[in-house]
Amino acid sequence: MSSYVAPLKDMMFVLTELAGLDKVAALPGYEEATTDVVEAILDESARFTGGVLAPLNWSGDQEGARWADMAVTMPSGFKEAYARFVDNGWNALGGNPEHGGQGLPKVVSAAVQEMWKSANMSFSLCPLLTLGAIEALELAGTEAQKAMYLPNMVSGKWTGTMNITEPQAGSDLAAIRSRAVPQGDGTYRIFGQKIFITYGDHDMAENTIHLVLARTPDAPEGVKGISLFVVPKFLVNADGTLGPRNDVHCVSIEHKLGIHASPTCVMVHGDNGGSIGTLVGKENEGLKYMFVMMNAARFAVGLEGLAISERAYQHAVTYARDRVQGRAIEGSPAPVAIIRHPDIRRMLMLMRSHTEAMRALAYAVAAAHDAAARHPDAAQRAQNQAFVDLMIPVVKGWSTETGNAMSYLGVQVHGGMGFVEETGAAQFMRDARITTIYEGTTGIQANDLMGRKIAREGGATVKSVIAMMRETQGQAAAQPGPAFAAIAAALDGGIDAVSQATDHIVAHYGKDVRSVAAGAVPFLQLMGNVAGGWMMARAALVAQGRIDAGDADPFYPAKITTARFFADHVMAMAPGLAREVIQGGASTLELDEALF
Amino acid sequence: MKILVPVKRVIDYNVKVRVKADGTGVDLANVKMSMNPFDEIAVEEAMRLKEGGKATEVVAVSCGVTACQETLRTAMAIGADRAILVETDVELQPLAVAKLLAAVAKKEGPQLIILGKQAIDDDSNQTGQMLAALLGWSQATFASKVVIGDGKATVTREIDGGLETLDISLPAIVTTDLRLNEPRYATLPNIMKAKKKPLDVVKPADLGVDVAPRLSTVSVAEPPKRSAGVKVADVAQLVDKLKNEAKVIA
Repeated sequence: MSSYVAPLKDMMFVLTELAGLDKVAALPGYEEATTDVVEAILDESARFTGGVLAPLNWSGDQEGARWADMAVTMPSGFKEAYARFVDNGWNALGGNPEHGGQGLPKVVSAAVQEMWKSANMSFSLCPLLTLGAIEALELAGTEAQKAMYLPNMVSGKWTGTMNITEPQAGSDLAAIRSRAVPQGDGTYRIFGQKIFITYGDHDMAENTIHLVLARTPDAPEGVKGISLFVVPKFLVNADGTLGPRNDVHCVSIEHKLGIHASPTCVMVHGDNGGSIGTLVGKENEGLKYMFVMMNAARFAVGLEGLAISERAYQHAVTYARDRVQGRAIEGSPAPVAIIRHPDIRRMLMLMRSHTEAMRALAYAVAAAHDAAARHPDAAQRAQNQAFVDLMIPVVKGWSTETGNAMSYLGVQVHGGMGFVEETGAAQFMRDARITTIYEGTTGIQANDLMGRKIAREGGATVKSVIAMMRETQGQAAAQPGPAFAAIAAALDGGIDAVSQATDHIVAHYGKDVRSVAAGAVPFLQLMGNVAGGWMMARAALVAQGRIDAGDADPFYPAKITTARFFADHVMAMAPGLAREVIQGGASTLELDEALF
Repeated sequence: MKILVPVKRVIDYNVKVRVKADGTGVDLANVKMSMNPFDEIAVEEAMRLKEGGKATEVVAVSCGVTACQETLRTAMAIGADRAILVETDVELQPLAVAKLLAAVAKKEGPQLIILGKQAIDDDSNQTGQMLAALLGWSQATFASKVVIGDGKATVTREIDGGLETLDISLPAIVTTDLRLNEPRYATLPNIMKAKKKPLDVVKPADLGVDVAPRLSTVSVAEPPKRSAGVKVADVAQLVDKLKNEAKVIA
């Protein structure tokens, strides 16, 4: 199967030139994240992910996680790989130093996590869920809960899960029915069935810590009556050793389209008297904590879209260089490698430019997250937080839709061989498919962007982002040459499109919400394309600066060409998307439901 | 016991090597560089000896440009306690490196020097042997197993006919072959700690060594492209061609 070589050069370029790693390293507590240390970390992470995680991607897909006797067995090699992952400290990269973490900023963990996900998306979901559970306990756990669970979760010795969804409560958590009955000793007994629980059970770690949403006996109806509980697979004794098995069991796993090595579990609490757990935070405020976690999880799923595109791109390039088929369209003495064919080139450029644009946007959002958390100036913190809040649904929704489109192109580049599983391109397409669904579908991301993040504040944050984009556009327009002319023109059109669509949303959201909401996903796509194009324009400007300074590295002209391609082929669609947002609502909603 | 581990910064093994247009050497501009893989095995072996209680300190040494500091940080991330860079922009040839290492060894007084049998850039396979000669120490090259005893080392060597086991007295030079061990991945905490470990920089002049090249490179060229094969009519013609054209059988 194909190998994975982490794109270290582009990662470092984005971190240092676009995301502002030096500014992040200047924030209190992030002093260790200097360029040389980060480069050493990414270097070793590249070796580890390429050498240990990537070789298990295909075998894990083929073998899949297996369930028998109320327990899950992971595919061959996963247990050993996870042990090395933990022993080498990767799980603790961003963790709080008080609990044994390295305390590195999110912008660094974003790059490292991109590698986990490119190398082996199924594997990466285990630490993803653990990190989410850690975040919930850090946010709302008592000192006793933190002391009991966090050191082993930060190291990765114990893994975490989110027990949220129930058969009748998917996107609508108000319908949650699981019950939590207080025992009078500070503990609760929990009863109920949870579905779609990623890594709900597995054999890679000695304990699994479930965070469970449930209702206490006199809780109010709906979302205001949901509380969060921590429920370990094995109860933990006061001295930290493992006690009796708790009454929470995996009763089956799903048979899925992709991520076969990641066990998606049906978890039953309370078949034998109730699983024992403790309350996290305040009663009835579980959803609030869950939403904080969800922002981090949504960002991480956005990275999956980026990561799968990178892997699909590498796979497609290797094949396109290797596969000789047909003569060149302009004529050639012998058949040529398919990379010579213009349409193959177009597909590879689409994959390359989207991947670079997604990476730049995601790392920039991660850096803003670090500034929002640690900047000494409150106004700066607030401004960065607003940018993060606006962009999280874009990173999640746009990058995962794009990840699907790029892995689709990856199959297409392979032709008939792409449709054959052994080639490996199909796995990326299957694995990508879940990313637009879990942690909130694209529709939910788009509604969040349009409603909470734009309409509610009259478009204030998006307008400030538009102003930043205009500044970049002006710099691009001032550069000579056809590449920057194309970039500046496309960015100008793209910014106008975002601006017009935003005005439409702000003006009509109150009185005609159904019609506006019908354009939510096209608006999300528009925001992604233009924000990505903005990042590519910034990248091109940095690259031109390097060239002007005499740097002969071919990386820089390639960056400018890639940015120009993105402008010509992707941002060119922005005015059409804006039209879809502004005019498309009526025809979406006009037909009578009975006619469907 | 102190172990000295010389490490060389070379073009990364994943990089497709290109010759410079003017034929003066290999194009290293904007190319990823990393530690010579045979030297990684040397660092790993030193670490195993330290973890096994046979060594007390592991010192990594590199000779070359400022950027060799990165290679030394890598060695310290694997576990070396400290590092020394002999810094110079002069093109270093094996004899010069051996002289520099001999001078460092005289100052540091290690009982064992473990280094790669060769570097993957120039494949010279000379530095270890020259170093042993300059110091007058025992040497065991192409090691696939190293056992430290009382004042001696028992080293299994990979030779053409199979394996050879030597007892050598310490201090000694050992050069590593591929089967000696499988190098570990550095842990994240150790990568972070490596930044804080001591790294001393000295100049060749400080060590009293003249590093001027003794050999001059006339030209560097890529290997000729493989020419197309031919079909033979039968076995007899094949044998004839092997005998008379390829001259690979008598």
